[in-house]
Amino acid sequence: MTTLDAAMQTMEKDRGAEGNYQLFAAGSNAGMAAHELAFGPLSLDRVDASFIQVLEKSGLTGRGGAAFASWKKLAATDQGRGDARLSAKPVVIGNGAEGEPLSFKDKTLLIHAPHLVIDGLLIAGRAVSASQLYIYTTEVAMAVVESAVGSRRDARRIKVVQAPETFISGEASAVVNNIANGSALPMDNRRRLSESGVKGRPTLVLNVETLAHVALIARHGVGWFRTAGSDRDPGTRLVSVSGQAAEQVLEVEGDARISDILASAGVDLGRVGAVLVGGYHGQWVRSMEYRLSPMGPGDQVVRPGAGVLHVLSDTECPLVATARIVGYLAGESARQCGPCMFGLPAMARVLDAIAYGDPDPRLVGELERLGRLVGGRGACHHPDGTARLVGSALETFSADVKAHLAGSCTRKSGRTA
Amino acid sequence: MSETLHIDWIKCDGRGLCVELLPEVLGRDDWGYPVARWGSTGDRTNVAIGASDLEAARDAAKLCPKLALTLSTSQPGKNH
Amino acid sequence: MDSALWAFGRVSGVISLALFTATVLLGILTRSGRPLFTVPRFSVALVHRNISLLATVFLALHVGALLLDSFAKLNVTDVVVPFLGSFKPFWQGLGTVAFDLVLALLVTGLMRHRLGQRTFRAIHWLSYAMWPIALAHAIGNGTNGTSKWFLLLAVASVVVVGGAVLWRMSATFLETAKARQGGLS
Repeated sequence: MTTLDAAMQTMEKDRGAEGNYQLFAAGSNAGMAAHELAFGPLSLDRVDASFIQVLEKSGLTGRGGAAFASWKKLAATDQGRGDARLSAKPVVIGNGAEGEPLSFKDKTLLIHAPHLVIDGLLIAGRAVSASQLYIYTTEVAMAVVESAVGSRRDARRIKVVQAPETFISGEASAVVNNIANGSALPMDNRRRLSESGVKGRPTLVLNVETLAHVALIARHGVGWFRTAGSDRDPGTRLVSVSGQAAEQVLEVEGDARISDILASAGVDLGRVGAVLVGGYHGQWVRSMEYRLSPMGPGDQVVRPGAGVLHVLSDTECPLVATARIVGYLAGESARQCGPCMFGLPAMARVLDAIAYGDPDPRLVGELERLGRLVGGRGACHHPDGTARLVGSALETFSADVKAHLAGSCTRKSGRTA
Repeated sequence: MSETLHIDWIKCDGRGLCVELLPEVLGRDDWGYPVARWGSTGDRTNVAIGASDLEAARDAAKLCPKLALTLSTSQPGKNH
Repeated sequence: MDSALWAFGRVSGVISLALFTATVLLGILTRSGRPLFTVPRFSVALVHRNISLLATVFLALHVGALLLDSFAKLNVTDVVVPFLGSFKPFWQGLGTVAFDLVLALLVTGLMRHRLGQRTFRAIHWLSYAMWPIALAHAIGNGTNGTSKWFLLLAVASVVVVGGAVLWRMSATFLETAKARQGGLS
């Protein structure tokens, strides 16, 4: 994937800028030596359950999409370990499946800074007294990760498992299902993973970027982490920029403005039609004054999701773009749950009709009805995320919808047929 | 601590027995699957069951042809 | 006493078979997910289950009466081990096979929640084998097996059950089949 080389070239360029990034401070394809030179040694022995409070003070939230407070996940797993009848030792999984097609930050991180992720996994493992550690990633990063794991004595017990290249492969219960049972499909969530996951053990699934931040927080502390970003969104995050821009991974501060991020990515802001923020389960925005933050008022912030910023030019029809995405999402259903299996293709068909010029005024109401119908009814959040994208498109592109229903398209190259 | 009826969507095949037994609580969607009646405001997977519906909910869990329903006292949470 | 047991044994056998025939028909209807006119789906499921239990009771009476009846020459081994009987061993043996299958269906049916749906379903498929075997046993082994009225009843049941099985295999069998056509496979 040429994206990764391009991504690294951009970062090499920015290396000089003050504190511009830390995750790739060891350079590209960093081996153990470069890693230790850049970040210093890690005293793993000093890490225990008290580190969970350190994470709480840091305010680190998950970088996999849900932005859940990371310390809470560790605390729940630690508690799950205590509650378990036989005091089962937990399992920690570094999730690098990255099923989102618009996201490539996790692959980039695993290929160029695997040791930071490994550090984070070992730290999280010690904090919850885990007995099993896994890194879960796709084919492109497997060799590098396996080699990195094999090159360290302290990482010997980490098992590296390959994830399939499907959209839902990164869903937490699908990760657990694949590792435990060989099937990368989501499972019913009646019992929390923190209580019972892999082979009935309390299981903690953390995104690989989250683990990288954990590794740096363990070294430099809470104060250091919080100097970047804001109170409501401390630290930095990786974003995958694509669309009307050279595909690249940027490390940006929390609460960063979208226009600033796109400008440093070299995007011609004057030609931006819309930006898809978060990925295929994210939101469309027209204004680039929004800030990326998991918390904050809806008129100021957009949730970063999987850290995706996909730029649609002002000549592309946003409804056609959304219809293509929803068609893809429908096809990526695990086909286990009725509302998803039947609801998503139904939504795709209606959105296709609107995108390609069917003037029936009832289409919008039908699409909204279907969106409301599938939400919260499935083993995973695939239907919810899809409904969110559709809802966002209908809201942000309401003018385009009106135009389409009236027989025209607002895009310069637009054709509704 | 209320009673909740958990729907295992992977097992559910929308046969509709639960909807018949709990008509005030569940409706059926376009493809036969149960929809909790208070829509998007309440939990549609761990459906709250009032005291008057408890008996019927037990029957629904017992009769479901796919064993997709579980009635429990504690409130199951989202995955962490 | 003996001839009463003998008569009762035969009658209970016929009743059991009739009830199992109804069970199979209701089972197929249950699987379709459809109500029966005004009878709701959950009632259909319950009636299917209750009639199957009743059929099993009459089966137990059938076997019990014939065990006690000296004329029938049925011993305890013959009840569960097929084809070892002294009277028409093959046809009698079919009855034993059907009985064994009913035992499996009964146990898995009563323990469905504990065994899980997959195990229950796998064994439940055997009901499609149990019924024709039981019918063959009735025709071949029963004293009235080849009498005109019984054969007429047998043919009628085969037609009805056969029709139900054909319906079972048709594309529009499931109530939800049409509504779900637009989804993914």
